[in-house]
Amino acid sequence: MRDVAVIGAGCTTFGEKWDTSFRNLFVEAGALALEDAGVAGEQIDALYVGNMSAGRFIEQEHVGALIADYAGLASHHVPATRVEAACASGGLSFRQAVIAVASGLEDIVVAAGVEKMTDVGTGASVDALAGAADREWEGFAGATFPGLYAMIARDYMHRYPLTREQLGLVAVKNHYNGARNPIAQFQQEINLETVLKSSLVADPLRLFDCSPITDGAAAVVVAPLDRAREFTDTPIRVLASAQASDTITLHDRRDISTLDATIAAGQRAFRMAGLSPSDIDMVEVHDCFTIAEICAIEDLGFCRKGEAGRLTEEGVTALNGDLPVNTSGGLKACGHPVGATGIKQVYEITQQLRGEAGRRQITGAQIGMTHNVGGTGATVAVHILGV
Amino acid sequence: MSVARFWRKIPQRYNLIGTRCTTCGRYFFPPRSFCPECRRAGKIVDHKFAGNGKIVTFTVIRTASEQFEQLTPYVFAIIELDEGPRISAQIVCSPDEARIGMRVKPVFRRIGADGVSGVIYYGTKYAPAE
Ligand SMILES: [Zn+2]
Repeated sequence: MRDVAVIGAGCTTFGEKWDTSFRNLFVEAGALALEDAGVAGEQIDALYVGNMSAGRFIEQEHVGALIADYAGLASHHVPATRVEAACASGGLSFRQAVIAVASGLEDIVVAAGVEKMTDVGTGASVDALAGAADREWEGFAGATFPGLYAMIARDYMHRYPLTREQLGLVAVKNHYNGARNPIAQFQQEINLETVLKSSLVADPLRLFDCSPITDGAAAVVVAPLDRAREFTDTPIRVLASAQASDTITLHDRRDISTLDATIAAGQRAFRMAGLSPSDIDMVEVHDCFTIAEICAIEDLGFCRKGEAGRLTEEGVTALNGDLPVNTSGGLKACGHPVGATGIKQVYEITQQLRGEAGRRQITGAQIGMTHNVGGTGATVAVHILGV
Repeated sequence: MSVARFWRKIPQRYNLIGTRCTTCGRYFFPPRSFCPECRRAGKIVDHKFAGNGKIVTFTVIRTASEQFEQLTPYVFAIIELDEGPRISAQIVCSPDEARIGMRVKPVFRRIGADGVSGVIYYGTKYAPAE
C-alpha cells in the first residue's frame, strides 16, 4: 500500500446561498482545490463526490457524472463516483480517494463533497434528513434528527454529570471559532444566555444546540506521497483512514449515548497511524448537535465517559486549550452542508497543518484528526493527517 | 410512504408481530428471519409481543416534518419491551408526564397522513400504564 498525501484543498463559503446552484457550488470548490494543488483538469485520474440527498434537495440524481461534466472533465471521461452515507458522505468520499491512490490504481484523485439544502422548505429538509435514520422504524413513528440526538442527550444527562450549561458552552465555543473563520456560516460570537434562551426544538436540545441548514461544497486533491512534491512544498500526509458501521436505528445500539462506531473507527485509526489520543494537536468532530461533540470527544478516547462537559467548561477544547476541538467552528457555526462536511473537516485540518488558519491557527500544529458521522452513528469515518 | 410499503408492514405495525429464535431464545422486533447470534443454526418462529415495556429515553418534539407538524409538541421515546427488543414510538401523554423508567402499554392510533385527502396511516403508540 502506498502512502498518500493531500496536495490541495478548496472550500466555498458556507451559508444560505440562494444565488448559487448545486453545480456552481461544486465547480467553485473544485477549482479552488485544483488551483491550490497546481493540478490541471486533464491530470485528474478519478473523482469522488460525497452527497447525501441531491434527489430530495434538488431532485437530481447521477451527480457524479454531472459534476465531472460541469468541472469540464467530460471530454476526458474521468471516472466520477458519488458516495453516500448520509452526513458521513464527505468522509467516505475522502476515504475512497485515499484507497484509490493507496492501492496504486489511480494517482491524482479529487475527493469532494457538496450539498444544496435551501432549495426546499424546512419541513421538506427535516424529512429528507430523517432518511439518515431508519425510515420504517424511526421516521414513520415521528422521529426527527434533533429528536434522536435529544434522546441521546437525555440518556447521557441521566447517567453522567453533564449540565445544561456545559452543553451550551459547546455552541458558545464553536461560534467563537466560527467568528474567526472566513468561510463560516455564522461569524458572530454568542453567549451562553443566547443558547439557553433559544427555542426548544426537541427537549433538552434548543435551536442553538443544532447545526444549521447549509449550502456549500469542499474539495481536496490527493496523490501518492512520493509524487506530492511535484505539486506542493507542503504536502499533508494521510496517516490513517478508518471507517466503521453500527445499527441503523438508535434504539438497537448497545448503549444509547455511546457511539460504538466512533470507538471502533477511532481505535482503528490510532492503530493504523501508530499514535494515541495524546498525539493529536486538534480535532474536527461531528457536532451536528452539541451533545454529539460531547460524545465524540469521549468515544474517540480523549477522555473518559462523563468528562467532556467538564473539559469544555474548563476550556480544554477551546482554541487556546490543550485539545482544540472544531477550530473551524464545527458543524454548529461553520455550517453543515451534509455531504460537504467531511471534506470541509479535511480542508480545515490541512489549513491548520500548513499554518494557514489565520486567527484560529493552532501554534505548532503537527497532527490533526477528523471525525465524520452518518445518521445517529450508523457510519463513522475517522482520518488522521500530519505534516 | 407508499400504500404498498405501509401495507406490507401491517402485521407488525397493528399487531406487534415479531419473531423469536428458539435456539437461543432471543426476541426480534421488527422481525428477523435470520438470527445474528445462531446464524444458520437458529430456528425462527413468529412471536406476538404483548407490547408492555418501559421508557429508556425520551424527548418532546417541537419541530417536525410536514407529516407530523400538526401533532407538535409530542412525546417521542425509545421503549424497551418486556421481552427485550427496543422500539421507537410516540407516547400519548403530556410533555411533563414522561420520565425515564415509566411503564407504558400499546394503544392503536392514527400515526399520520399523506396530506389532507391522502391515505391515513394507523399503528401503535404507547400510553402510560401506571
Ligand atoms: Zn438465536
